[in-house]
Amino acid sequence: MNKKFSFLLVLVLALSTFLAACSGGGEKAGSDTKKGSSEGKSADAKKEQVLNLIATSEIPSMDSTLATDSVSFNVMNNVYEGLYRLGQDNEPTLGMAAEEPKVSEDGKTYTFKLRDAKWSNGDAVTANDFVFSWRRAVDPATAAEYAYMLYDVKGAEEINSGKAKPDTLGIKAIDEKTLEITLKNNIPYFKSLLSFATFYPQNEKFFKEQGKNYALEANTGVYNGPFTLSDWKHEQSFQLKKNPTYWDNAAVKLETINFNIVKDTATAVNLYETKKADRAALNAEFVDKYKSDKNFGTSPDTSVYFLRLNEKNKVLANRDARKALDLAWDKKSFVDVILNNGSKPAYYLVPDKFAVGPDGKDFRETNGDLGKLDVEEAKKLWAKAKKEAKFDKVTLEMLNYDDDNSAKISQYLKEQLESNLEGLTVNIKPQPFKQKLDLESKGNYDFSFAGWGPDYQDPMTFIDMFVTDGAHNQMGYSNPKYDKLVADAKGPLLSDLDARWKALLEAEKILMDDAAISPMYQRGTAFLQREYVKGIVEHPFGGDFGYKWAHIE
Amino acid sequence: MLRYTLQRIVYMLITLFIIATLTFFLMKLLPGSPLKSQDKLTPEQVTIINEKYGLNDPLPVQYVHYIANLAKGDLGLSFQYDNRPVSEMIAGRIGPSAQLGLQALIIGSIVGLILGIIAAIKHNTFFDYGATFLAVLGISIPSFVFAGFMQFVLGVKLQLLPVALWEGFIYTIMPTIALSGFVIANISRFMRTELLEVMASDYIMLAKAKGISQSGIIIKHAIRNALIPVITIIGPLAVNIMTGSLVIERIFAIPGLGEQFVKSINMNDYTVIMGTTIFYSALFVFIIFVVDILYGVVDPRIRLAGGKK
Repeated sequence: MNKKFSFLLVLVLALSTFLAACSGGGEKAGSDTKKGSSEGKSADAKKEQVLNLIATSEIPSMDSTLATDSVSFNVMNNVYEGLYRLGQDNEPTLGMAAEEPKVSEDGKTYTFKLRDAKWSNGDAVTANDFVFSWRRAVDPATAAEYAYMLYDVKGAEEINSGKAKPDTLGIKAIDEKTLEITLKNNIPYFKSLLSFATFYPQNEKFFKEQGKNYALEANTGVYNGPFTLSDWKHEQSFQLKKNPTYWDNAAVKLETINFNIVKDTATAVNLYETKKADRAALNAEFVDKYKSDKNFGTSPDTSVYFLRLNEKNKVLANRDARKALDLAWDKKSFVDVILNNGSKPAYYLVPDKFAVGPDGKDFRETNGDLGKLDVEEAKKLWAKAKKEAKFDKVTLEMLNYDDDNSAKISQYLKEQLESNLEGLTVNIKPQPFKQKLDLESKGNYDFSFAGWGPDYQDPMTFIDMFVTDGAHNQMGYSNPKYDKLVADAKGPLLSDLDARWKALLEAEKILMDDAAISPMYQRGTAFLQREYVKGIVEHPFGGDFGYKWAHIE
Repeated sequence: MLRYTLQRIVYMLITLFIIATLTFFLMKLLPGSPLKSQDKLTPEQVTIINEKYGLNDPLPVQYVHYIANLAKGDLGLSFQYDNRPVSEMIAGRIGPSAQLGLQALIIGSIVGLILGIIAAIKHNTFFDYGATFLAVLGISIPSFVFAGFMQFVLGVKLQLLPVALWEGFIYTIMPTIALSGFVIANISRFMRTELLEVMASDYIMLAKAKGISQSGIIIKHAIRNALIPVITIIGPLAVNIMTGSLVIERIFAIPGLGEQFVKSINMNDYTVIMGTTIFYSALFVFIIFVVDILYGVVDPRIRLAGGKK
């Protein structure tokens, strides 16, 4: 009995040392966090120029030629610089270019003088850096997915498909600081294109020194933007520091930007709450909680989401049936209830606050909303379509992604469409990301949830998707009038920008009148941002944010 | 023993080869290509890019290439993370996953064993019911629910521990506890059952008859024998921790391997899928091997039998 007791005593002792160890750890942790927060407070008092942010993924690439995603573009926009940079008003402003270029009579040849700018290793930024990087981008051996961004430059498409040598590309270094660029067409949006990552220069000498390791680590990259990538712990965090060699470094106020890689929204919000992050993006469930918070905000994005209506389907080949489908569901309450994240209902293809015409007016301001919710009209059109296409009941398959959010979207559409259009049954087909894209490109679906983000700052990036047999027209839509307008806007009308703009406006109207797609929403993001953070600029394309003018107040 | 070990290593290599082959062909059945912006490219552009990576070759040719490179220890370059070597990605990310997994396994085993022993000794008392209750909780509450709850209470409300991130030991406490819950629950239940069974066996009666003290019996004879079956579940538990860490790593923003693996499958990042699959399988096969060796340490009869083969 006595011995049994002593054994228990040993156990209890062992357990208590273990527990003590635990609580010891806890106390230490507690004091550490307290220290952390008091440091935070004193930082506030001195207004130290440090911004703490969250990135939603590891940086997939720091090689400006190979990058294709928003996280990479966002970092690049702040550590690299092209001939132009999107300014605080989102107009292209001079970057590596010293002055506005000389443009030839036909608008196809641009001659740039480069400013006296340096890379972060002290090398000068030269005309050859641009020549090197652009040739590399279109060289098929590089296999750059965004090579097509350069297709407006003379010879790019031929080189990329292996029909010509990279050195035939329309870019030439006249001397160290003079760059001559020849375009295929005199496109009006070329300047904003020049601010995009694929058009950045790359330091050829440094690139060759680094070989395979180029831009894989913070110290194997070289930077010519407002900041440098000073530290990069993969999948964990990265840090930007003010770049002392940047030509306009007087304008840069932030000393350090710390990014932690956090994939979970709830975790990001908790980090914001404990002052480890100055800004956090929110999803629908958190919007309700923080809507009335003084630090809550929403910002519109320029990605537009829509339903592809596949005209291979007999019913959807009928214009009235498609129009009925578009008018029959409530986009406003969809955005308010299902998305609830700062997105806007879309009654259009070209997003709001994205492109301004030669008349100084936003594209959306001129064309307005095309086709609001009208259930009565939808029912009428649906009845008419039934007669024309000779059907009474029909089952349509809705192709979508297989995540939670998409499931909610599909469910909402199914309910709305089935209750407003008699005889319609919607079958939801959720598929993994790549499988969904595959089915879409093969045309094996009835209608699908799709989206598009702009490649350049012109309505054409949206409009030219739907020309007959276009690679992204995966629903067999075809209208000769539409094709003609697009072809004109890409060719003869380039010398008459007013007429070109009108053609683009007209094309969108035709597309909507044909109900080739049913627009859903223009994406937005809801976020929390500390009140002392000022001057972060949100860009409509390319990198999402510019920190060049940001500061802590 | 040496021969036994060598034999086991050969079997392990064969197993890995079969896994690699199956994964390779199953993976190629996934639709789509590994290109990141497939939805932005025309089919012609996709063909141009596939050419560079040898993805236009017939499948058997690709397979032979892959296995030849694998034999040289070359896992290839990632598609999603342009040109980053897969081996480097795995090496860089295994640290946090391994640390977390080991901590959870060790703490989980120790606490689980203690709880199990208490429950068995104090059979059908308040302690026993308490330990069983904890075990049921540990098994039925998913680790991510527990993790989210802890993060909110300990991190946001009480501010005792950092909410997330990976900057030192205190950052590992919450994720370790979250991951070890399942281990504690399983081991304590198992230990309790085994110990009760052993305590009822003849040789324990003999030991008691010989007048060995109660604590002596439990520590020297009972626990050691009860441990054998418990060791068998450590292998599966280690695997459970590896998969459980996917969610935990996400919630606590830990730069581990788990999320990488899932994402690579969604993105058809062939080289990363292969690399991580082979790595995880190798780890699993190795754990089973270690468990087999441990049997020998705990129970000499098993060692001898193995040796004679």
